[in-house]
Amino acid sequence: MQSNQAAGKSIAKEPTGRIEIDFERCKACELCVFACPKGCIEIGAKINRQGYAAAFFARPEDCTGCAICAETCPDVCIEVWR
Amino acid sequence: MSRGAAVIHRTLMKGNEAICAGAIAAGCRFYYGYPITPQNDIPEYMSAHLPRIGGTFLQAESEVATINFILGTSASGRRVMTSSSGPGISLMQEGLSYMAGSELPAVVVNISRSGPGLGGIAPSQGDYFQAVKCGGHGGYRMPVLAPHSVQEMYSLTMLAFDLADKYRNPAMILGDAIVGQMKEPYEQTPYVSSVPAEKPWALTGCAGRPRQHLKSLYLKDNAIEVHNWKLHGKYRRMEEDEVRFENYRLDGARIAIVAFGTAARVSKTAIQWARDEGIAVGMLRPITLYPFPETQVDEVARKVDVVLVIEMNTGQMLQDVKMSTPCHDKIRFLGKPCAMPTPEEIHGEIRRLAGKAE
Amino acid sequence: MKEKGKGGFGKNVYRRPESLVDVKTHFCPGCHHGIAHKILAETIDRFCLREKTVGVACVGCSVFLYDYIDVDVAEAPHGRAPAVATGVKRAQPDRFVFTYQGDGDLAAIGTSEVIHAANRGENITVIFVNNTTYGMTGGQMAPTTMLGQKTSTSPYGRDFRKDGYPIKMAELLATLEGTAYSARVATSTPAQIRKAKEAVRKAFDMQIKEMGFSIVEFLSTCPTNWGMKPIDAQKRVLGEMSEYFPLGVYKERKQADFL
Repeated sequence: MQSNQAAGKSIAKEPTGRIEIDFERCKACELCVFACPKGCIEIGAKINRQGYAAAFFARPEDCTGCAICAETCPDVCIEVWR
Repeated sequence: MSRGAAVIHRTLMKGNEAICAGAIAAGCRFYYGYPITPQNDIPEYMSAHLPRIGGTFLQAESEVATINFILGTSASGRRVMTSSSGPGISLMQEGLSYMAGSELPAVVVNISRSGPGLGGIAPSQGDYFQAVKCGGHGGYRMPVLAPHSVQEMYSLTMLAFDLADKYRNPAMILGDAIVGQMKEPYEQTPYVSSVPAEKPWALTGCAGRPRQHLKSLYLKDNAIEVHNWKLHGKYRRMEEDEVRFENYRLDGARIAIVAFGTAARVSKTAIQWARDEGIAVGMLRPITLYPFPETQVDEVARKVDVVLVIEMNTGQMLQDVKMSTPCHDKIRFLGKPCAMPTPEEIHGEIRRLAGKAE
Repeated sequence: MKEKGKGGFGKNVYRRPESLVDVKTHFCPGCHHGIAHKILAETIDRFCLREKTVGVACVGCSVFLYDYIDVDVAEAPHGRAPAVATGVKRAQPDRFVFTYQGDGDLAAIGTSEVIHAANRGENITVIFVNNTTYGMTGGQMAPTTMLGQKTSTSPYGRDFRKDGYPIKMAELLATLEGTAYSARVATSTPAQIRKAKEAVRKAFDMQIKEMGFSIVEFLSTCPTNWGMKPIDAQKRVLGEMSEYFPLGVYKERKQADFL
């Protein structure tokens, strides 16, 4: 569950997109975690003001900006750039 | 009604049709309803007339749907009316409560019939409690107007639209089969509006303004209490400003009849006969059943020897009369459930109360 | 980082739809109401309808529509939204009018209103969210509850001998002449979400072209009342729910060909 440990391992491939997860709005339903085809999102350890352990962008280096996470998120917490 | 130079047409019409004429004169262009005796003249008239003047008539699948069509059109800021009779009005109670809660105006006509249940189609005033005390849930009020002539079916309908808009609240016309079905000439006095036409609260799409809502759900903190105090304030203003009644031959009266609608109309005949015999009898006729003319009833009760309440039920308005005055020992009641008291019956009762032998 | 996109990525490919109010929703984690709301708001934006739309909210979790969608909204009594929408549309035929209703609302108490609105060919759009339970009141049995499903009022599982069968509204309404469009969609996979958007666009288009009544049924989740993790709730939609409630378009009018 720890974040950027994978960063070092990630090989030469450059990310083609980037997401931003609204920490306070996330309800930790994990739908984005399962939806992301590259496994870039994880549930974190930090608890937000709603009391949820919000999801976070764990592996930015693998993001393609496909926006599937954002389409899936019922709480509209995710913005995507490509 | 302002006359001025306007030509006032005298027309022969059924009471139910006069309601339609009044509604159309008042600018109502939307009518929704469901068939039920004895008010079918109203949807029939509207289905024929509204399309010709750019209005909309729609027959609903039930009175439940009807009142919600009404809610939607009222929320759109348009004048809208429905009519029904007892069983149908019962089905509308849910919608009326929501409309009162959402502060939506509309005119609902009850040409009441006998009950309870399917009852019968004979004229009755058995819906007094349901109309005046409001049969829906949660505690709300609405103006209730009781016409006793075709003229009033016309003019009180126009007034009902103004009251509904003025207070953003449903208003009811409470008639019965007799005032609905009888034909008599009346004056088609022109409609003069007493309320502004603009309805800035209407839902018309939020172009050029923030979105707005019409709702009756208030969950946060004490929002529903605040909302109820606001509604209560409106009801208090109605009670202060909207009481309407007729004093009929009350000068020097020792006996005062209190009756509304058809019962009042029949009483007028009996009062004339009794006055011709020298009996000092008159009538206080509530035109608004809510707000009820409490002060006027009390004033009259204090002056006379006997207050005779006459209703086409077994005593419903009677309770409001008793609430209005402490002179309970003067109050007598003559009532017939689901039937019209005849002038002879009322005249006989007046004579008895005046100490005249039968 | 803030200027010119994020981390060098200039093109924003997903953000909150303009018609979706920027507030936290009351929905439970993983509830698909949020996805349906997004799709609704996106479609309103797509057709530039925000300023000429009147929505009708019903009773249930869906009632707070007015807090989330940035349009005028009237609140209807339980089940009566299609009747209220009828009143709005008849008074304002040039406005876009939709209802947003749950399954208890539309398929139980409001069956009469929705059937007759459809049968009249009322030119309104219904977004119907079916999660097989009464969510807001605590997970009671709905007419759409699956056979064998345990709810707070079918603690031994729904038994057809006692409670009958889950009702299929998209199919039922498709049989009516006045219905222009009827489809059932789900939002449990990205592909399904794409199809759901397409269905809502079609439904909107039907109203814009005055073709008649349109309805899109969403198979949704209620993780809280189903007692499941959101991901397992999605799997239920993909499994037994989609088997019993098949996804697809049940009616699509090609032209205003009223008999």
